[in-house]
Amino acid sequence: MATGEPLIVLDSVNKWYGPLHVLDDVSLSVDRGEVVVVIGPSGSGKSTLCRTINRLEPINSGTITFDGQELPAEGRALAKLRSEVGMVFQSFNLFAHKTILENVTLGPIKVRGEKPAAARERGLALLDRVGIANQADKFPAQLSGGQQQRVAIARALAMQPKAMLFDEPTSALDPEMVGEVLDVMTSLAREGMTMVVVTHEMGFARHAANRVIFMADGKLVEDAAPTDFFANPRSERARDFLSKILTH
Amino acid sequence: MHVFTDPKNFDAYLSGFLWILKLTGASAVFALLLGVLLAGMRVSPVPVLRGFGAAWVNIFRNTPLTLVIFFCYFGLYSTLGLSLSQELDLNRYWLGVIGLSVYTAAFVCEAVRSGINTVPTGQAEAARAIGLSFAQTLRIVVLPQAARSVIAPFGSVLIALCKNATIVGTIGLMESSNVMKDLINSNGDAVIPIFLVIAGTFAALLIPTGYLFGWLANRLAVKR
Repeated sequence: MATGEPLIVLDSVNKWYGPLHVLDDVSLSVDRGEVVVVIGPSGSGKSTLCRTINRLEPINSGTITFDGQELPAEGRALAKLRSEVGMVFQSFNLFAHKTILENVTLGPIKVRGEKPAAARERGLALLDRVGIANQADKFPAQLSGGQQQRVAIARALAMQPKAMLFDEPTSALDPEMVGEVLDVMTSLAREGMTMVVVTHEMGFARHAANRVIFMADGKLVEDAAPTDFFANPRSERARDFLSKILTH
Repeated sequence: MHVFTDPKNFDAYLSGFLWILKLTGASAVFALLLGVLLAGMRVSPVPVLRGFGAAWVNIFRNTPLTLVIFFCYFGLYSTLGLSLSQELDLNRYWLGVIGLSVYTAAFVCEAVRSGINTVPTGQAEAARAIGLSFAQTLRIVVLPQAARSVIAPFGSVLIALCKNATIVGTIGLMESSNVMKDLINSNGDAVIPIFLVIAGTFAALLIPTGYLFGWLANRLAVKR
């Protein structure tokens, strides 16, 4: 896969919730193989931004292009596009009535029409990769949060996505479980997966990101390499945000 | 109890409850299928389908069942000529099943919809995010979880349906309440015992039904 060409392009994207302007003329381009971390205070629109990329949130104006194709309207074409974009949620959202292995094989079998035996084998390999192969026959509620989130990553990877979206993947975890999830994400980043990560984990932003996007009040305020951003934030808003989170 | 020891009366009593069970059974199947379909429409992203589902629920949930059954007989059959069987009783039976089904489907729809609302939105979002279509999301992820929380309300709907089946007596089918009316007319000295036997039979059928559904609901609950 060639790196350096844009995979995800947002152009002048606007979105309102009633009178609230949650995305204010946001333009952003993410290249293949790039890891972009989105940070900002709560309510800045960063989660919404992440969710517009696979159209879980529709937008009011502007365009979003994925792999050269503009996001289609709700329907078969959109479902196909979503199958090529992995998504990991803050609250895991594993299918509660399915076993861990079924969670991982459901997409390949039902969306891609893979043979159950082949999907099973690959599913087990993915679970092994995220370190939970021995829990394959349990149900989500029997696993810890960190384990559930690693299953959720495996579920997304099972679709062999072109890009992965992470919407605050560690925010609902107990502190001692954050590391195990970030480890999986870091190894994905190293392997060249295109990733958009909304997070409050500044350590991850520093060591795994190619670029850091800072958002506030629905606007994309800064877009810089992590070293530049953390050393010399250009905007007052970013300086203020960093001073609040980095002094503790 | 001399009324029910007479074989003619006892046969009428048995065949009355047999009609009730048949009405309940067939209507439960149709109402379940129709109700789930309507619930699917009511949560779908297509405005026309949502409107159709909502209209159905509003019309049939707010119309007395007696009117619905009367319409099936005097409207569909007498006026529009819809005859479902050459045999008079069977024709009444099927017209009754239509009325009970369309009416009960409205309640099934609302029970299923409230069940769907107990499934966290994240479940459907995760399903859409891996590329499942709307129908697949509903069928594979949402409905199986909703079904488990809908079991107990379904019990109530089924119990109501069984009792509502007596209204088909108003269009001439000799179901239990019609049998009761006849028995009372010809046995004025035994009104209270006749009432008690008919009511007791309903209770004997329906109390275990309620417990069965309560037990199933507990057993099949989804752990979160």
